[in-house]
Amino acid sequence: MINRTQIQLELDKLYRSDSRKIFATLVRLLGDFDLAEEALHDAFLAASKTWLTEGIPSQPVNWLISAGRFKSIDRIRKDKTAQRLLRQDPSKTESEEFNEDQYDEYLDDDVLKLIFTCCHPAVNPEIQIALTLREVCGLKTENIAQAFLVSTTTMAQRIVRGKGKIRHSAIPFELPAKNELNQRLDAVLLVIYLIYNEGYLATSGTSLLRIDLSNEAIRLATLLSELIDDSEVNGLLALLLFQDARKAARVDSAGNSILLENQDRSLWNAKQVQTGVHYLNRAFEGSYGVYTLQAAIAHEHVRAKEYTSTNWAAIEAFYRNIISIEPTAIFRLNHAVALSMVDGPESGLQQINALLLSNELKDYTFLYCAQGEMLYRQKRYTDALNAFSYAHSLTNQAAALQSIKCRMDEIKQHIR
Amino acid sequence: MKYAALVYYSEHTMSQLTQAEWDALNQECMACGEDLQQRGYMLGGQALQPVQNATTLRVRDKQLQLSDGPFAETKEQLAGFYLLEANDLNEAINLASKIPPARYGSIEIRPVRELSTQDNEHYQQSLRSVI
Repeated sequence: MINRTQIQLELDKLYRSDSRKIFATLVRLLGDFDLAEEALHDAFLAASKTWLTEGIPSQPVNWLISAGRFKSIDRIRKDKTAQRLLRQDPSKTESEEFNEDQYDEYLDDDVLKLIFTCCHPAVNPEIQIALTLREVCGLKTENIAQAFLVSTTTMAQRIVRGKGKIRHSAIPFELPAKNELNQRLDAVLLVIYLIYNEGYLATSGTSLLRIDLSNEAIRLATLLSELIDDSEVNGLLALLLFQDARKAARVDSAGNSILLENQDRSLWNAKQVQTGVHYLNRAFEGSYGVYTLQAAIAHEHVRAKEYTSTNWAAIEAFYRNIISIEPTAIFRLNHAVALSMVDGPESGLQQINALLLSNELKDYTFLYCAQGEMLYRQKRYTDALNAFSYAHSLTNQAAALQSIKCRMDEIKQHIR
Repeated sequence: MKYAALVYYSEHTMSQLTQAEWDALNQECMACGEDLQQRGYMLGGQALQPVQNATTLRVRDKQLQLSDGPFAETKEQLAGFYLLEANDLNEAINLASKIPPARYGSIEIRPVRELSTQDNEHYQQSLRSVI
């Protein structure tokens, strides 16, 4: 005879490992986030009672899905609000023959559909991020709000707006058509990249309460690479793994950030780098793009035994390749930095000046940091100081302010 | 689902087209409408005359107020509308992307709101479900 504690342990385990899959399938079956969420909770509640007398079923995930679905149909019969949320005719859902095996093969596809729905380009990008974290990763609204340094109400408004948009404009829960897949995948990759970036910047922040968004992003990218065979998915995953491998070395014991050149490379996570290399190699087997190339650059950084042995020529070549695909100002800036490391600060400054003339990054702190760095290398100390001082005035990000200040103090010593 | 596809473009930009180009675009629009109608996706729609022929009215304190011109001065002006029948937003996007002026201006897709005597979906949305 099974007891209550054993069932609770099993249900906790199932919740952690499979609740998002079950949720995704319920979203497909019921056509609505809110109905699916209620059904998910009803299903786990029902399991905690029924399994006590009937034992744990052989296919608990499928059991939970069908329990959730039936509970929801019950609710829809009684509740007007629920009726309005339901997209398809409830009688149609009901008449489908129940077969516990039927869900298995769809589980993964349903998660993928959920990702594409949350990242639909008709949804505001900020809301795409919030929805993905809540619906796909299962994070609480409160935690997402903390991670993005906004109030819970603000974050709740974003999520409600997103769910309302999906419901009212009838964004379907489906995989994009083949001819749209690449474009739609770009939106998904961007969301994951932005989630990672938010987590990356947060590590230098002060709040220990904030959830680790970089881990969530890596989890999402790993999930995506299991579900979809695409070079850029693997490229993005490799990029995140390489960046994240340096995590332990990026911040000192006082919480101040440490520049790449000063980091203790023995603290880098070698195992994670190895995993990254695996995905990078896979990415290069197919038709790769900017994420893969950025991963290749991150790889050059992590493979260098010390900063001075960084292969800048390889990095410069990768950036040239990136610019040929996507000539954005940020990539051109990065290319300028790499070029200055290969051909000297003069050629880097030429590119920086071209960027300054185009006005595209005129409020971008790191443009002036890069300029200051090159001027410093040319021993033009006053000009360098001016550049850094302007960079300082453009940001309020703690880590950036601190590293700029550090550089300025260093330069001042040359002027005295 | 019913969707309105609202066609916007800059009348100024369109005025730069030659007569032949303008006629060709109009022919394209006619063909597009006929095709959508034949395939059962279009419930109605119309092209509109330029905003200089628009009249805007308001009723305030039971008084009718009239003014010459459109409701709002914008970069792009409402130039026509389609009422589409589609399964979901993706299908509506697919249909609307074939509307010829999409190449010049923008098409705004709006799901139609069905009026009912009570329990109409309100603008205020509850946050309770997500906190």
